[in-house]
Amino acid sequence: MVSRTTSCYEPWSQERAAAIVDRHLDERGPLMPILHQLQDVFGHIDPRAVDLVADALNLSKAEVYGVVTFYKDFRSEPPGTSVIQVCRGEACQSMGAERLARHAREHLAVDFGATTCDGAMTLEQVFCLGNCALSPAVLVDGRLKGRIDEARFDELVAEARTRAR
Amino acid sequence: MEPVVVFVPLDAAARSVGADDVANAIVREAATRRCEVRVVRNGSRGMFWLEPLVEVSTPEGRVAYGPVGAESVGELLDAGILDGAPHRLRLGLTEEISHLKRQTRFTFARVGVNDPLSAADYETTGGLVGLRRALEMTPQEIVTAVTDSGLRGRGGAGFPTGIKWQTVLNTPSELKFIACNADEGDSGTFADRMLMEGDPFLLLEGMAIAGLGVGASEGYIYIRSEYPDAVATMAAAIDIAYLNGWVGSSLLGTDRAFDLHLRVGAGSYICGEETAMLESLEGRRGMVRAKPPLPAIAGLFGKPTVVNNVLSLATVPPVLAQGAEAFRALGVGRSRGTQVFQLAGNIKHGGIVETPFGVTLGKLVEEFGGGTASGRPVRAVQVGGPLGAYLPTSRFDLPMDYEAFAAAGAMVGHGGIVVFDDTVDMSRQARFAMEFCAEESCGKCTPCRVGSVRGVEVIDRIIAGDNRDANLELLEDLCETMVDGSLCAMGGLTPFPVRTALRHFPEDFHHAGAVPL
Repeated sequence: MVSRTTSCYEPWSQERAAAIVDRHLDERGPLMPILHQLQDVFGHIDPRAVDLVADALNLSKAEVYGVVTFYKDFRSEPPGTSVIQVCRGEACQSMGAERLARHAREHLAVDFGATTCDGAMTLEQVFCLGNCALSPAVLVDGRLKGRIDEARFDELVAEARTRAR
Repeated sequence: MEPVVVFVPLDAAARSVGADDVANAIVREAATRRCEVRVVRNGSRGMFWLEPLVEVSTPEGRVAYGPVGAESVGELLDAGILDGAPHRLRLGLTEEISHLKRQTRFTFARVGVNDPLSAADYETTGGLVGLRRALEMTPQEIVTAVTDSGLRGRGGAGFPTGIKWQTVLNTPSELKFIACNADEGDSGTFADRMLMEGDPFLLLEGMAIAGLGVGASEGYIYIRSEYPDAVATMAAAIDIAYLNGWVGSSLLGTDRAFDLHLRVGAGSYICGEETAMLESLEGRRGMVRAKPPLPAIAGLFGKPTVVNNVLSLATVPPVLAQGAEAFRALGVGRSRGTQVFQLAGNIKHGGIVETPFGVTLGKLVEEFGGGTASGRPVRAVQVGGPLGAYLPTSRFDLPMDYEAFAAAGAMVGHGGIVVFDDTVDMSRQARFAMEFCAEESCGKCTPCRVGSVRGVEVIDRIIAGDNRDANLELLEDLCETMVDGSLCAMGGLTPFPVRTALRHFPEDFHHAGAVPL
């Protein structure tokens, strides 16, 4: 098995995390911006981050953990090198999104929310990307794509794998 | 010689079908031909079947070509499009394209026209006129103007914006907030996204006016994380607005202050519900609050807060600039002004249609939309997002009007219309409504949290033909419990698509054998 590529994220650093938290302390309701930035830097919300944030904001660990787990965006482990989100909203359904969703799972051999075993791709479902007049839509590493059929999906996966190398 | 100005949209939807490649190809191919061009990345005109839509500035006006692929850019330049020359992709003067010409662009006047982040363009095309006028008015005059315009909340509920503002104005507090709900999570809606990407200063101006109107000095914009382009554009717009002194400690050089903060959601649909959004802004789980107290009295951090949708706030500057009466003169009944309708799903001519309320559903789908993309007959449309009713074509006579839709057991909502052709299985759509609710419920109210899971199971039994009549009765009972026993629209409105699918398309719930999902 190929080792998982997570090189775009920094390894955990207590000092780095503390500096991120510090930067937001004078904002009102700083928890969400802090969690977003921690995830941008480390790729996920490390359990050690929960302790650190709880201390800094004078919250219980349960409160911070509760917020982390409420929101789908916050990950408990780093994603694959590429993240592909397939829209399953009604507008995309009307143009064959369910077929595309089935194909995506088969093609990558993972379910939604999982990462391929080579660590290259994380597949996720999403409900609406705001591209409802160019359905079906997917988001590949933050880039919106429209009118995606099975063949185009495979192309996007191949492109993402090439980029990752 | 002055370079020829060529417009290629930077809107995320246009980019999703290759606008970036087209823009790059134009720069590259023009250089090899020694043509002087300046590529401007504008918003989208909202005619997505024509994207990427390229416009060329000519002495006669902007000439449109579309849909343009990167591979045909060389051929287009050779044909002479920089002079507006004929080509099979030439659509004529943009302003004369009938789909656009038939619309009334009030809120969307600048979207697709300007470079969204050009402060100079914003000012020369009527930007800041509303804010300057507001600075000369008393708070009460501002609120009265908004009330008189008849503007109702564009987020879906349609609550009169002026009345909400009045409540905040009347509530004494040292600290008040403007919270812009840009968590546009409903499938089939994308107008907020387009406005934020296509005319971001308009939203900031609207928020600043709201601040002057109610006495709030801080504004928060909560954008969903699924909109990375809109987040980037708004962040850049806020920086530019500060640099130009349009917002900040001295609003346009006056002694009035208004600070802006951008916040990003984290993949939760329920945070589009106003009280869940406030919880999220405060750094908590997006759990819905009970009302009262109204957010207008005790909202963000317990302070009086205006919570308005992107389009509600963005409609305020032109209302102040052109006068409440100009807006009020449009529309029907108590639905005043224009609405930015969004044609989505299986539709030939999908995109934005801004037109006064009162236009019929059929006119939008058939005349503007051109029917389905698949070429098959339209079977159903869902209006107002995942919590909106499914309607058959026999209801195409309905005028887009809050009250007329409510009377027909449906809702206008945010003005999103999702079209389905005759291959749709409405029992699947009803099942999906429950599935979506189960996925996205915040979990506070049991009828929503548990009822939606049970709803999926009951619909599965109905589809499988298992004790159908008894299960249909059970489903109806469950729907009633969800409507009566949920704090917010998530549990309260999920029965809408379920019941309307059952009422208008009963045959889909009676077919023998289920299609495997």
